[in-house]
Amino acid sequence: MKIFYILIATILVNNFVLHYFLGICPFLGVSTKMSSAIGMGFAATFVMTLTALITWLVNHYIIIASGFTFLQYVAFILVIASLVQFVEMFLKKFFPALYRALGIYLPLITTNCAILGLALLGAMRKYNLIENIFFGFGAGIGFTLALVAMAGIREELEKADIPEGLKGVGIALITAGLMSFAFLGFAGIIK
Amino acid sequence: MLKEFVKGLWKENPVLVAVLGMCPTLAVTTKAINGFAMGMAVLFVLTSSSIIISLLRKIIPHQVRIPSFIVIIATFVTIVDLFFKAKFPDISKALGPFIPLIIVNCIILARQEAFASKNPLLPSILDAVGMSLGFTWVLLILGAVRELFGFGTIFGYPIMTHIPGFKPILVMILPPGAFITLGVMKGIMEYLTKKWSK
Repeated sequence: MKIFYILIATILVNNFVLHYFLGICPFLGVSTKMSSAIGMGFAATFVMTLTALITWLVNHYIIIASGFTFLQYVAFILVIASLVQFVEMFLKKFFPALYRALGIYLPLITTNCAILGLALLGAMRKYNLIENIFFGFGAGIGFTLALVAMAGIREELEKADIPEGLKGVGIALITAGLMSFAFLGFAGIIK
Repeated sequence: MLKEFVKGLWKENPVLVAVLGMCPTLAVTTKAINGFAMGMAVLFVLTSSSIIISLLRKIIPHQVRIPSFIVIIATFVTIVDLFFKAKFPDISKALGPFIPLIIVNCIILARQEAFASKNPLLPSILDAVGMSLGFTWVLLILGAVRELFGFGTIFGYPIMTHIPGFKPILVMILPPGAFITLGVMKGIMEYLTKKWSK
């Protein structure tokens, strides 16, 4: 039951992009075309699920066990950077078709604050391993949902008549604000 | 030399022009004081890591420069995080995970990659301080506007409550308020830049 609760909460209510403001850079940068939004979304979901698993193990069996909690941030960012590199090499070798589809988005993910934010929030909330994996997966799906919805709107915005100064980032931010408004409506689903 | 300092304030402003570091900009600015604290944290991390990276720029091998930068940045972020926890526990709680998230703040990595790793010490420091102050003023204004309409105060001093019939606009301190206010700020900035360049 708790797993279901975590999934609903991370996808709709506490959406990583529209509620926690994590991963805004790819959200604004990669949302101009639908195809790249889908690619980025799936690449991020994949890495986030893996990150949730591995950072949990590192946090519990290495950092907390050894007592070096002040090294948590350095350890997390190194794990994420090497994980992304590893995933890239693994896909290139064994799933070349998937690599061609997602490849260019993978390096960008290292500096996506949603990934490090996921590791930190998971550690702060003291989830167990299974809960943390679903937290990561839900966060990835929520990110994809926001990104794809935004890309759909922005493709239409290209044809719209927008005031001069607001073109590009300005109108994208205001659109995101309105989307965030809509997502506030989900707040009643969970307590 | 002064040019390196001034460019971050307006012409190459990291938030409004380069659109970097959006996550902390939007997330922590529910109050002016939080925006200011985040700006100061970035000032410390960016200046310190620029000093170290500028001094080590000939030693760090090109292939492993990004991991090296990130480890140096993460070290200074840990220092800031422990400092805030010890001295300003309230602010540390309000900023939550966004202090550790300075590590992946693209402004910092972008300045190391584009400037500090290629320039001598003094210009690197000026560049870092200018960029941090450019970041800070945007957060300060965004935080002040949201606090003014969301709570009716600025830096905790009641202002709007003197106006009869004023009710706090709750949505300004919720996520939509952040997106919309920053979008409008970006629009005003573009408008002024165009007007002044004529």
